[in-house]
Amino acid sequence: MEPIVVAKNLTKSYTKGLRALDDVSLTVNQGKVLVVMGPSGSGKSTLIRTFNGIETFDKGELNILGIKVDSTHDERKIRKIRKRVGMVFQQFNLFPHLSILENVTLAPIHVQKRRQIEAEEYGMYLLSQMGIDSHAKKYPSQLSGGEQQRVAIARALALKPELLLFDEPTSALDPERINEVLDAMRRLAEQGMTMVVVTHEIGFAKDVSDQVLFMDSGKVIETSPPNIFFSNARHERSRKFLNQLEKN
Amino acid sequence: MQIKQKIFLQFGICFIFFGLIGILINNLTINLIRTGLGFNFNWLFKPASFALAEHPLPYTSSDSYAWALFIGWLNSLKVIASSLVFATFLGTLIGFARTGKNSLLGLISAGYITIIRQTPLLLQLMFWYFVGFLGLKDNMFIQIKNIFNISNQGIEFSGLTFSSEFLALLLGLSIFTSAYIAEVIRGGILSVSRGQWEAFRSLGLSERKGLIRIIIPQALPAIIPGLTSQYLNLAKNSTLAIAVGYSDIYAISDTIINQTGRAIECFILLLVSFLLLNLLITYTMEIINRIILRSQNYS
Repeated sequence: MEPIVVAKNLTKSYTKGLRALDDVSLTVNQGKVLVVMGPSGSGKSTLIRTFNGIETFDKGELNILGIKVDSTHDERKIRKIRKRVGMVFQQFNLFPHLSILENVTLAPIHVQKRRQIEAEEYGMYLLSQMGIDSHAKKYPSQLSGGEQQRVAIARALALKPELLLFDEPTSALDPERINEVLDAMRRLAEQGMTMVVVTHEIGFAKDVSDQVLFMDSGKVIETSPPNIFFSNARHERSRKFLNQLEKN
Repeated sequence: MQIKQKIFLQFGICFIFFGLIGILINNLTINLIRTGLGFNFNWLFKPASFALAEHPLPYTSSDSYAWALFIGWLNSLKVIASSLVFATFLGTLIGFARTGKNSLLGLISAGYITIIRQTPLLLQLMFWYFVGFLGLKDNMFIQIKNIFNISNQGIEFSGLTFSSEFLALLLGLSIFTSAYIAEVIRGGILSVSRGQWEAFRSLGLSERKGLIRIIIPQALPAIIPGLTSQYLNLAKNSTLAIAVGYSDIYAISDTIINQTGRAIECFILLLVSFLLLNLLITYTMEIINRIILRSQNYS
């Protein structure tokens, strides 16, 4: 089993001495799904964003798909990583001035230099996988939140990534729209996609994840398989968080 | 009851408005009678009998006032159009430098914007004219193989000559306006959400491509209105030409008023020409804005 993500002692401090990341180490192997949980401000979003260089760090080392980056944040290496890693955001971040299909074909055409017809064909295939091919000519503002997020997943898949990062993909959705996105993510996991998912969805974490990583104040509190984490978490802090989550 | 009140109010406003205009016209006629000039434009076709340093079309002092004004209008257009191009180019560069990742460039452009915006335009024009050009020697100051030549006479570039008055005005207007345009550009770029930057970056797009394909198209609808008002200001500020002795339409009108006393007629012509010019600028920008909005399916 090949490691896809290896983080060693990642640390990121803010000016006031606060630590967004405090000595975080982890490994994600090929085909595995890691769910990252933790209270807001625990550093889980910051952590996942370092994996494709959208967020920097001060100390430590990252190895993504065999490409090593450190705190110098080598722009060329990071772009290499970005071409092989897809990301899905909480706020979808679709390009509002481009049609749904153009959103999906942008990177294949302008990063991979594919022919437009070829990119559109594959784009339509991805959209049909997400069940939204009938909206291809529409613009993001004409779609519901759940549909927009599925477009965002199709866009992230357009470069045929070897790793997918999800940063709270369902937190901005209406409750009745959450499942359509989670189902799409489930199917991806079944197809063997390596994924790191920041989420509060306990059901998804229980069913899909291989490991649950729990963070608080920038530190990794524990990493456990989901059956252990949700029934018998090792740490007091984790249990408190889960109680809180179930109450809501 | 309410409708009646509204109608009454409308009539009241109309009454005051037309009343004020009436008083104005009355004063004007009394003053015109007192000076014994009367209100007409016949003098426009008499010989101007003054020389013009700069004329893009043939002009001699025996040509009419009307022709002199037209030459002035062309001179105005020339300096407005060229400043507009330079200011936009410079302002865009500085605006991007201000928002970009490079902190040194950002600092330099922030300083530039601060200095330019915090000092009067008239002072800046004087600076470029007296320090920038008249400060040079009268013989060739910088000369490159007879192709390019800067002196206190202006710039000569392979047969084309630009007077130091024109250049001082061009520099002054362009640099002054560019600082404001830079802020308009910066505001436009900042109006695009951070998420858009993160999205294009995470797709592996380069910063340059991301700017061109994602950020600028979304920033433009916020930039165009601000840009329009800076262009209008530039056109109006060009009347400061008189300070450096450039023969724009305002400077020529000033000479004509001194010679003929036709202040009211001249001001009407000036008002109309600037109104038309600025309406043209506004209309052109409005069309550009509409094309952009339509191409982005925002409308």
